[in-house]
Amino acid sequence: MMNALIFLILFPLFISLLALFLPRALPGRKVIGTIANAVLCAVPIYLLFATLDQGPSYFRLESGLINIGMLVLEVLIAAYIIYLSVRAKRYLPVILVVVQLVTMLGFEFSYGHSIQVEHSMFLDKFSIIMALIVGIIGSAICLYGFGYMPEYHEHHPEVKDRRNYFAFLMYLFLSAMFGIIFSNNLMWLFFFWEVTTLCSFLLIGYRDDKASRDSAFRALNMNLIGGVVFAFGIVILFVSSRTMELDKLLLLDQGVVLLPAVCFAFAGLAKSAQFPFSSWLTGAMVAPTPVSALLHSSTMVKAGVYLILRVSPVMENTVAAQMLTLIGGVSFLVTALIAISQSNAKKVLAYSTISNLGLIVACAGVNTDAAVWSALLLIIFHAVAKSLLFLCVGIIEYKLGSRDIEDMDFLIMRLPKLTAVMMIGMAGMFLAPFGMIISKFVTLKAFINTNPVMAIILAYGSAATIFFWTKWMGKIISIRHGETEVREHEVSNWEWTTLGILAVATVAVCIAFPFISFHVIDPYLMQLFNTVPVVDTFNILIVFVIMFGLLIILPLGLFYYAFINKDYKRVGTYLGGGNISNITYEGAMESSQPIQIKNYYLEKYFGEERLFYIGVFVSLTLIFIMFGVTAI
Amino acid sequence: MGWFKRSPWILHYNATSCNGCDIEVIVSLTPLYDLERFGIINTGNPKHADILAVTGSVNEKSRQVLINLYEQMPNPKVIVAVGLCAISGCVFQDCYNVMGGVDKVLPVDVYVPGCAARPESIIDGVLKACEILEEKYSQQKKIQSRLAKI
Amino acid sequence: MNTIQEMFQVWSMLERMLAFVLLAPLLGGLIAGIDRRVSARFQGRYGPPVLQPFYDVLKLFRKERIIVNRFQNFTMVLFLIFTIFSGALFFAGADLLLTIFSLALAGTFFVLGGFCVGSPYSHLGAEREIIQQVAYEPMVILMAVGMYQVTGSFKVSVIAQYQSPLILYLPGVFAGFLYILTIKFRKSPFDLSMSHHAHQEIVRGMTTEFSGPTLALIEIAHWYENVMLLGMVYLFFAFNPWLGIGIALLTYLFEIFIDMNYARFKWQLTFGSSWLFTAVAGVSNIIVLGLMKI
Repeated sequence: MMNALIFLILFPLFISLLALFLPRALPGRKVIGTIANAVLCAVPIYLLFATLDQGPSYFRLESGLINIGMLVLEVLIAAYIIYLSVRAKRYLPVILVVVQLVTMLGFEFSYGHSIQVEHSMFLDKFSIIMALIVGIIGSAICLYGFGYMPEYHEHHPEVKDRRNYFAFLMYLFLSAMFGIIFSNNLMWLFFFWEVTTLCSFLLIGYRDDKASRDSAFRALNMNLIGGVVFAFGIVILFVSSRTMELDKLLLLDQGVVLLPAVCFAFAGLAKSAQFPFSSWLTGAMVAPTPVSALLHSSTMVKAGVYLILRVSPVMENTVAAQMLTLIGGVSFLVTALIAISQSNAKKVLAYSTISNLGLIVACAGVNTDAAVWSALLLIIFHAVAKSLLFLCVGIIEYKLGSRDIEDMDFLIMRLPKLTAVMMIGMAGMFLAPFGMIISKFVTLKAFINTNPVMAIILAYGSAATIFFWTKWMGKIISIRHGETEVREHEVSNWEWTTLGILAVATVAVCIAFPFISFHVIDPYLMQLFNTVPVVDTFNILIVFVIMFGLLIILPLGLFYYAFINKDYKRVGTYLGGGNISNITYEGAMESSQPIQIKNYYLEKYFGEERLFYIGVFVSLTLIFIMFGVTAI
Repeated sequence: MGWFKRSPWILHYNATSCNGCDIEVIVSLTPLYDLERFGIINTGNPKHADILAVTGSVNEKSRQVLINLYEQMPNPKVIVAVGLCAISGCVFQDCYNVMGGVDKVLPVDVYVPGCAARPESIIDGVLKACEILEEKYSQQKKIQSRLAKI
Repeated sequence: MNTIQEMFQVWSMLERMLAFVLLAPLLGGLIAGIDRRVSARFQGRYGPPVLQPFYDVLKLFRKERIIVNRFQNFTMVLFLIFTIFSGALFFAGADLLLTIFSLALAGTFFVLGGFCVGSPYSHLGAEREIIQQVAYEPMVILMAVGMYQVTGSFKVSVIAQYQSPLILYLPGVFAGFLYILTIKFRKSPFDLSMSHHAHQEIVRGMTTEFSGPTLALIEIAHWYENVMLLGMVYLFFAFNPWLGIGIALLTYLFEIFIDMNYARFKWQLTFGSSWLFTAVAGVSNIIVLGLMKI
């Protein structure tokens, strides 16, 4: 079993080096990549079934050499970041890296010899969930990259073609993600944490123009702030309790480990782009689409909530936990509202990502069995559906030449299959029978019992969610005759494969959710709380009736309407009787005017600037309270 | 049963009327005459309408609009020409830009005379139109059943 | 006195669902007919026969089908199916939240139908319809939350059999619910997205491109929805079934009264005032209940 874990960490690393050094002209390159991706999918699935009825397992590993190796690498990473920052004349990252490095080195030299780590790695159900997400979704996105990157460089001749380097970073990132989710040793966790920070920094800056450099440094700064606090947390933890292991942390007295736990939660907030750190995620949308899909929707931000969920049991019944809940709630509500006012598709996706992560963080703060149950389900459903949507937007961007929602009129006439896939993703994000709503449903119940304010936030937030998804959905499915320019054949097979995998996964996860709940999430909750939430079986039955109803009615109905030709009379849309054709009407001076329809964005109410700063200030206050109360 | 008779919905179009007849059409919907007694509703949408009430004579500009509106109404449908202008063009019939009455472009079923047409006669005309609506529906059904036999 | 509660206990879940599916359109149509009659009387008119809505629907079923595109009618069929489904869930005594979510799903299909036809009037109506949805959604969820806080269950069957009067605990929530009920019933001042009867706004808004039998389906779905909403009003007074039914009908009369006395609001005012009213009446009520529990 341990070998499988080490394999999962080292195999992507090996692939990434291969990607960096194999010449691009090599014919078998993509075949190797495909096989590697298949392996990356298969191993987590094997892990799932191999440990189906087992509890968590911990692994001992001779860590002397590895620790030294990691320390050296950490210094090298720090040096590299300092080099890049100085070259770009930005000094905040330099200060942060130096503080972090000094902390870690000082810690290593003064306490290094006395660190006793019993189990360096571990595997429980939560790790398996994360491994499945990283393995399947991560490798699917890499597959998508094979088709996407050539087109990217076609459309952006000004960007230097560094495809090998890009693939290297993507796989390196996967390796680091596996490292984060299997590490029990907090030093290791920290090391992998910093690697993801570095990778995301380099990937965001891939374009290497001013906008992307700005965004990259913003992401770096914010993640480094999180990293510095993480390092402080480790030091405080070790000094106060002589522990360096994640599982031992949970067993210790709350008073001793509360402060380090809050530090880790803070690092998690930065990584998962919660307020006040949200701006790095929206800025990161300048990167190529696979980067947005991999780092900023399905995996890296999930590392942040992963850590928060890991340490949240420590904070049970404290003011800190309440503050954490509120920060999550504020992020959820404010970003959902801001998303209404956005017309840039990627930004809408980014804000809705922050919003959903906010809900997960809030669940972690509430920390009851039902809340954690829905947090885990949210992680799964969100990862699948959101990466699917990102990839769709990536394709649309090149087929239509725009990522603005206003330009996606009549998308169903132009890219019919892609629109169908996108509808699945959107339905997965907010419509009733799909997973997201199941978890929101349980979340609401969990909130009411502990904190009615959160129930109110959820009520308003889900209304806002309905708004921006529905109007986008409506935009892409409006039909107009005369719009026949189908451009779908230009989408590469790599991209179709990925979309297919993810679309099937979105539906499959929803259907398999009782299995996931029963075999994966419930054991984890038993291990954590010794209870599992009682979800009314009748409700689940009803949800299934709706789901199967939809799965049967929708395709059959669409088939019926699309292929069985009825001789219903076709008329144009009502244009006050002034129709010239279906899409034009007679204007003044016998001119022919095309009809144009645009969406509401309610800028006045939900303008980004105003709401964003409100969110930042509120959450900053909450964070100060969180630390202040804990420190006292 | 005559469902059409019980719920005819009207679309009112002003071709080139002087507004006299328009006002009378609206008046018949007001509390005093209350056309809704008969289930009659004034809708603004051809796709919901059963009866097209046209006021004013037809000219080059309104001809196409009239045809468009008529096209967008689902069968069975009836046209009521309200007022003398809609019937024949009245005093404007010799104008260079006037084509004449509505029946120059569309098949009119009921003519409601008057300049302006009185609300009583409009109501009477609309109720006549309801009868024709029923008739058209039964004819339509006959044709359909014959077609089905073939 | 307690025949209705006994009915709840004696009838099985399926029987109640079936009763809703069969009886709700009759009841809904009748209520709509009375509505038109009463509205006419408010305006000093005689008004149409009470059975007029049925005549309208039967007529619409006999009209020719005309379409703008092939898929437009499908969304409305889905809208009807999910409205009936959520109503049936409600009267079966299932989870209130689930009912609300599936009603929202039905609403989404309705809006998508409006977008799908690609007509400017329909599009505008659909946009307004979403704004209305967003305006009422928080209050509907908060209603469920409030009922849960008092009775400790989301199950409609449990809430309906709760012995003490819910209204005493949830006056604010009830007031907020009344406010958004005007939106749900599509009454002035909130009938922005599609208007009824002789009112007109952006032609026919959402339903501009839907005619004949499809329009009839929309009308029937609306009847189902109305009956379900009156059922929700009933829940507040469920401790005494006859009072509950009486108040539900009175509420409808009150909505007609509002309808007759207000001009249409702009969407800005509709949206802003609904959220504000929800915040003032609903949220404060919920918080007070939360504090009382502690």
